[in-house]
Amino acid sequence: MSVRTLTIDGRDVAMATGATLLAAAREVGVSIPTLCHLEGLSPVAACRLCLVEIEGSGKLQPACLTPVAEGMVVHTDTPRLQDYRRTLIEMLFTEGNHVCAVCVANGHCELQDRAVEVGMDHSRLPYRHPDRPVDLTHHLFGLDHNRCILCTRCVRVCDEVEGAHVWDVGWRGEHCRIIAGLNQPWGAVDACTDCGKCVQVCPTGALFDKADTTGEKHADPARLWTLVRARARGQQTP
Amino acid sequence: MTTHSPPPSSVLRVRCCSSAGCLAGGAAELRQALTTAVARRELQERLAITGVGCLGPCSQGPLLAVDPDGALFAGVTAADADGLITALAHRLQAASSAEREAPLAWTPAAGEQVDTERPFFTRQRRIVLEHCGLIDPERIEAAIERGAYEQLRRAVQECTPAEVVETIRRSGLRGRGGAGYPTGLKWATVAKMPGERKVVVCNADEGDPGAFMDRSVLEGDPHRVLEGMAIAAYAVGADRGFIYIRAEYKLAIVNLRRAIEQARRRHLLGAGLFGSPFGFTVELRVGAGAYVCGEETALIHSIEGQRGTPRPRPPYPAEAGVWGLPTLINNVETFANVVPILREGADWFAAIGTEGSKGTKVFCLTGNVRRGGLVEVPMGTSLATIVAEMGEGCPDGAGIKAVQTGGPSGGCVPASLLDTSVDYESLKELGTIMGSGGMVVMDHSTDMVAIAAFFMAFCRDESCGKCVPCRAGTVQLHGLLQKHLGGDATAADLAQLEALCHMVVDTSLCGLGQSAPKPVLSTLRFFRDEYVARLRPQPTAAAAGR
Repeated sequence: MSVRTLTIDGRDVAMATGATLLAAAREVGVSIPTLCHLEGLSPVAACRLCLVEIEGSGKLQPACLTPVAEGMVVHTDTPRLQDYRRTLIEMLFTEGNHVCAVCVANGHCELQDRAVEVGMDHSRLPYRHPDRPVDLTHHLFGLDHNRCILCTRCVRVCDEVEGAHVWDVGWRGEHCRIIAGLNQPWGAVDACTDCGKCVQVCPTGALFDKADTTGEKHADPARLWTLVRARARGQQTP
Repeated sequence: MTTHSPPPSSVLRVRCCSSAGCLAGGAAELRQALTTAVARRELQERLAITGVGCLGPCSQGPLLAVDPDGALFAGVTAADADGLITALAHRLQAASSAEREAPLAWTPAAGEQVDTERPFFTRQRRIVLEHCGLIDPERIEAAIERGAYEQLRRAVQECTPAEVVETIRRSGLRGRGGAGYPTGLKWATVAKMPGERKVVVCNADEGDPGAFMDRSVLEGDPHRVLEGMAIAAYAVGADRGFIYIRAEYKLAIVNLRRAIEQARRRHLLGAGLFGSPFGFTVELRVGAGAYVCGEETALIHSIEGQRGTPRPRPPYPAEAGVWGLPTLINNVETFANVVPILREGADWFAAIGTEGSKGTKVFCLTGNVRRGGLVEVPMGTSLATIVAEMGEGCPDGAGIKAVQTGGPSGGCVPASLLDTSVDYESLKELGTIMGSGGMVVMDHSTDMVAIAAFFMAFCRDESCGKCVPCRAGTVQLHGLLQKHLGGDATAADLAQLEALCHMVVDTSLCGLGQSAPKPVLSTLRFFRDEYVARLRPQPTAAAAGR
């Protein structure tokens, strides 16, 4: 395995070929905000929060997906990126109905954390107040579309890790919505194994345990990586 | 195998446009009425009624042409059929050659004979459309008579794949789908990719408002595209092809299906072509009404049966396309250029057009223009030549205000810059793009803010919703444009509109989002005063104080 050396925000870093810029940044303590990315799931580069500037490249590149290259000079926190990240968070807040005060994930919400990080004290964009439903048909869990940011972690974890493919995305554009089965009530989908992985990886309070009330959801997305790594090791040893 | 002998001089032929535009105007009824009238007079042997592809000035349809002199008539209806056949019967019975060659003493009741000496026709150079409107797209014999599949045979039997790639590279052909990527380079990349199996895809998911170039080619000369794809497959080492076509193109789908079947039966597609080990099969994939599926990675997902959403590139399709195989994706018009390049040579093609943009480009002239329709002009022709001379300007003598090219990914060129030559670089400098060939003419009554809002609504509706800036940004941008249209916007809103445009361009995942703000940025650049004029007056200090 060969190694590539590059510079991220002025810090030199050496990474194995194939590693992503996000991993390289974390290696040297540079924090790049993410939402759709989750260690253990395939990257989709959909939330655009981890976009970084690479010298000599006209386009911004997603750190979660871009492999390190020799001599790369990367900037992760320029004023332009700061402004774009804040706007992205504002877009997420205004396209849904995110009311922290009554949310199960209040205090343990990645969207809330990112909003604090990017300094979003108010939205410069108008709120859209969409009319979105809540699905409480599953006997253990609930899905509140008002809080969904369409990161598709639930879709990917159910497909790639649980192997059930209960979730998918229906419709398009502003009308996109996470759907269960063939757009059925969650509780009517036989494929669901009640494993709760989707609830665990959901960055907001969109997917929740019915037993939780305001501020009580403590999801632990990082546990997924433990599982995926353990499985990979299991496959390696005969 | 050609059993069809050339028609004797005493045979007349009526070519009826059977393209979707003329069909909408009643061309099918017209053709039926002509066939009936011919049968009634028992003239079938000497008077042929054939359907052909687009004849050009679509806005005046239904169109028909009478051979051998090629007289073109517009606005013909089924009620005119009897009169025409009577006139043609007279000519067939004429004793002297002078009578036979005299102009046809007939015009359609509500239509006219079209003067083919107008710039609309004389300024054209038809390479892609050379057989469109001349041959019957339903009969492979008609295409073969004009040399179809001969260049495929020659390539397979007489050239190495590398030689074919080199010919395309030297021709200077660039992608006609809009971005203008050098076709030869794309072919060379796929050809050099390792792997036993490769795929060739023809992107026929044409969806820009006012654009119907690819539809016209597929409807009028489907074998041209199939042959181009097969030559490309031979050059890059592919054995499988897909044509991804939008479901709305019903006639093109029918014509393509028939053409594929005809070519297969004659062993012009399939295994072991022309006695060589090379084989190539083509399948049709019909879209389900998503504009974004014209984006190549979304198109690949759709072919695979997945949800049609784009993914980040790299890897490019040349490396990992359909089912992860190296995949060559070109647009319909790009493939349609391959046969003439091989037939006439790379140097011939490279001599047409400008330094950086070779060959011709097909445009669909629509909007506030007197002579709309399908035109093919050499690259480097000025916009003014196309819209003012060929299109003869706006109806009712209104002045041209702007010309929109490139659809929702393009921009508006103001009348003052119509001297701009049509080539990839010049249009890019003006903040628009060549695009796939839609060209919408706008007169002075056009509200440019409303135009920007129209295209933004289009992109909002067609966003796949995968990435945040496109999904939510197009909604916010459309809201801001509505605010401007309603006269409620302030200077701060205008500043936000502009900033948000740049943000969506810079952060969106695929070409749709990255170019969605272009119509706004372009109108802001050339027609900013129209935005400013609509701003809500700021309250004065005195008024605020009260």
